[in-house]
Amino acid sequence: MTATAEPEVGKARLRKEDARLVTGRTRWTDNLTVPGLLHLAFLRSPVAHARITSIDVEAARRKPGVVAVFTGADIADAQGSLPCAWPVTADQKAPQAPSLAVDQVNFAGEAVAVVVARGKAQAHDALEAIDVDYDELPVVLDLTAAVADDSPLVHPDLGTNSSAHWVFDSAEAGTGGDVEQAIAEAEVLVERTYRQQRLIPAFMEPRSVLVDPTGEQTTVWSATQIPHILRLMLALTTGTPEHKLRVIAPDVGGGFGGKLQVTPEEVVALVVATRLGKPVKWTESRSESLLSAHHGRDQVQKLTLAARRDGTVTGLKVELLADMGAYLRLVSPGVPILGAFMFNAIYKFPAYRFACTNVFTTKTPTDAYRGAGRPEATYAIERLMDELAAELGRDPIELREQNWIKHDEFPFTTVCGLEYDTGNYEAATARAKEMFGYDELRAEQRERRERGDSVQLGIGTSTFTEMCGLAPSRVLGSLSYGAGGWEHAAIRMLPSGKVEVVTGSSAHGQGHETAWSQIVADQLGVPFEDVEVLHGDTQSSPRGLDTYGSRSLTVGAMAVLKAGEKVIRKARRIAAHMMECAEDDLEFAAGKFTVKGTERATALTDVALAVFAAHDLPDGVEPSLDSEATFDPENFSFPHGTHLCAVDVDTETGFVKIRKYVCVDDVGVVVNPIIVEGQVHGGLAQGLAQALYEEAVHDESGTLTTGTLADYLIPSAVDLPHFDTDRTETPATSNQLGVKGVGEAGTIASTPAVVNAVVDAVRHFGVNDIQMPCTPMRVWTAINGGPTDAGGLGSEAGGGLGSIDTSGGAA
Amino acid sequence: MRITVTVDGTTYTDEVEPRQLLVHHLRDTIGKTGTVVGCDTSNCGSCTVHLDGQSVKSCSVLAVQVDGAEITTVEGLARDGVLHPVQQAFHDNHALQCGFCTPGMIMQSIDLLADDPDPDEHAVRHGLEGNLCRCTGYQNIVRAVQDAASKLKPGATHLVGGE
Repeated sequence: MTATAEPEVGKARLRKEDARLVTGRTRWTDNLTVPGLLHLAFLRSPVAHARITSIDVEAARRKPGVVAVFTGADIADAQGSLPCAWPVTADQKAPQAPSLAVDQVNFAGEAVAVVVARGKAQAHDALEAIDVDYDELPVVLDLTAAVADDSPLVHPDLGTNSSAHWVFDSAEAGTGGDVEQAIAEAEVLVERTYRQQRLIPAFMEPRSVLVDPTGEQTTVWSATQIPHILRLMLALTTGTPEHKLRVIAPDVGGGFGGKLQVTPEEVVALVVATRLGKPVKWTESRSESLLSAHHGRDQVQKLTLAARRDGTVTGLKVELLADMGAYLRLVSPGVPILGAFMFNAIYKFPAYRFACTNVFTTKTPTDAYRGAGRPEATYAIERLMDELAAELGRDPIELREQNWIKHDEFPFTTVCGLEYDTGNYEAATARAKEMFGYDELRAEQRERRERGDSVQLGIGTSTFTEMCGLAPSRVLGSLSYGAGGWEHAAIRMLPSGKVEVVTGSSAHGQGHETAWSQIVADQLGVPFEDVEVLHGDTQSSPRGLDTYGSRSLTVGAMAVLKAGEKVIRKARRIAAHMMECAEDDLEFAAGKFTVKGTERATALTDVALAVFAAHDLPDGVEPSLDSEATFDPENFSFPHGTHLCAVDVDTETGFVKIRKYVCVDDVGVVVNPIIVEGQVHGGLAQGLAQALYEEAVHDESGTLTTGTLADYLIPSAVDLPHFDTDRTETPATSNQLGVKGVGEAGTIASTPAVVNAVVDAVRHFGVNDIQMPCTPMRVWTAINGGPTDAGGLGSEAGGGLGSIDTSGGAA
Repeated sequence: MRITVTVDGTTYTDEVEPRQLLVHHLRDTIGKTGTVVGCDTSNCGSCTVHLDGQSVKSCSVLAVQVDGAEITTVEGLARDGVLHPVQQAFHDNHALQCGFCTPGMIMQSIDLLADDPDPDEHAVRHGLEGNLCRCTGYQNIVRAVQDAASKLKPGATHLVGGE
């Protein structure tokens, strides 16, 4: 009765999640309220670097509706220091990170006081009555200048702006040769400096937190990706006993790494609610979000690629400056380090060295943003491969193929010591070229170039891989990360035959409720509709490490599968007892235990009912099929793919239009193709946005000039092309499901494909780099002989969509 | 000020501050939390509703301006548990991921189809230019709107606009 006719895994199931989302029956944190709720508003520093000489809040306390006002000094004893869970080196320098600044502010937007009022508008009105005196200090904005000896210091007590220096060297590690020797012996050297501009995750749902301290447990609702990590970190940071905290992530409207954080506002909300004994809520404005929620990327990449004249790569040296901003947030220092193992990408470099200096500046702290370290690495190597091809007069795809790991060479141990389990770069590339019409477009490009067309065609390639499925706990340990990389799940067999799946993964748009249901329906042989997935509440899903790093399917769903195996194992013994046979005589398929060679069968759901009654169980067997499992992966997973982009560049205006975008991704086995395709589309959009539109810009005083969505250019439907996507499939061997993860792939792959295309379109003008985002102003300047690379032309708010002035606005 | 407004078929009379935005009136006073706030500069379109049959960003309308008006939000589209064709098309075409922009996208899409019942891809993209989505890359949203258009063609029973 419960058998499913065809496998659920692989089926294009429409999402369970949609019903509430398309009708507005949503549970965003800001929708929630409790009796007696008070509202918070934060006063933020308008200056980037200053001593706070005085704060007068008396007038604010007297404003209508105001219940209390707190400064950093008022809660200094309770707020602790915001956690950084990833000290990348033993001697890493880390400043104290108060949630409310106490005596010094280190970036514009840092919170200095909080108003608690009966109404949200009343709380905001009272902010104006707070009087703060700042004694301004010199700002530290430029990464290269920040590490110079004469630079002013962000945190004078640390004695330096350099937080940590982290090195991987293949000769020292014994995984490869000496890169300096490779450089010395190189027949061709490609030396470039690339700028990874600062980006803002810009999830659509502004962050929000509601803390209710009136129960036995204090309940924290938060728009977070990480309810489990948040619970532990709030406990450790504020000294609240962990078992007295419950954290709930209700519907969460996107994250992209931006909600992988323990925020100052969460800590302050907990401290203030606890102190007042009353529930409080804070919801940010978009401007607050852009200004103070963590940013991403922001690196200067100094790169040296060594090769032979025949095109064989012989060495790669990477020297990074990575902007931490003013503080180290949850995993800030580790983000660039996640890229350390990816610069070599799919290529057989015999020698490699990576050195990264994490640098403090007086800007908004940086942390994870979709891809986190891997887009930066992929950009660098895929740009370099195009540059090497240009240097040697070779086709960029052919040159890549000469150097990449062939499909019959897997598993392959890279120069970083990672073992890539499976892949087939030839297959993905062949399919992509066919879909793209590569040869035809190259012919058209030649024709238009010869004709001197004012609109030039450019073709860009990115043959990427990435490491995801974070992560094997022992590897995280070797990188000094403060936690493991496992995930937890439980399966509860209800007496009526329905199934509850508890997962430590915490979806915020990914469709886990649907995908996990498909996996469990297949495994236990129950209908898709009979599976309910519970997540995002530390009370119902008590253990977990949450959702980021494309880890949920490869790690989280694997834990679900392991829990299901235990359910079947427990049920087998009881089924054997029910049918009076030996356990070994039973086979389990399609939800039924069948006595081999007979028609005698008992459904798993019947066993569940028998267990509930518990009238006749084997001796010593507990009356429960419920099972839990914790899965720790043995390796990362390595999705890969080939992305091809064709752009039309108007050489008279510098305007870039994406004409065609083709990608063929290999993400291993696919559980739900429509969800996978959706993840690819969204990833591409963010990667393209880095290439063409988005940049967080601080002016010379350290003020963010891209503080609204009119200035920070999230692309609209008009700004993005139609994507032609397809897949090849080489199952991962690192997990039973054969899955590789897809959340970040599109973002990691696409940025260099676009920039390679833009540079390719105008290379004959003598251009070999254009700094991102490739705004019309920058492209036009490059064509006309101006500076284009890192340290070149300045940034401008709102420039990505066609304006050539600094006041913003789209063309 | 006292205003009377009909929202999703129910009439409400309330005292509002002159500065109160329509979106806050809908969410905080009337409890229509299906309509959400995504920005503070009227760029994102998450708060889009229908005001007397026309789409508006409810963050750019004062509550006092809608006295006597009829508002439809995403919560008022389904009829007797049957989704509006545009809601159904968003589901059928996987046109949402986190779903935060979805109410505004759906309301704007309905308005777009009222103006242009058979839009090509270009027209859909331009019609939705004022609504931002960070998850989907818009491709499936475009597909959903065109799918809904095909189902709303003459003979379909559902009225465009939902009013």
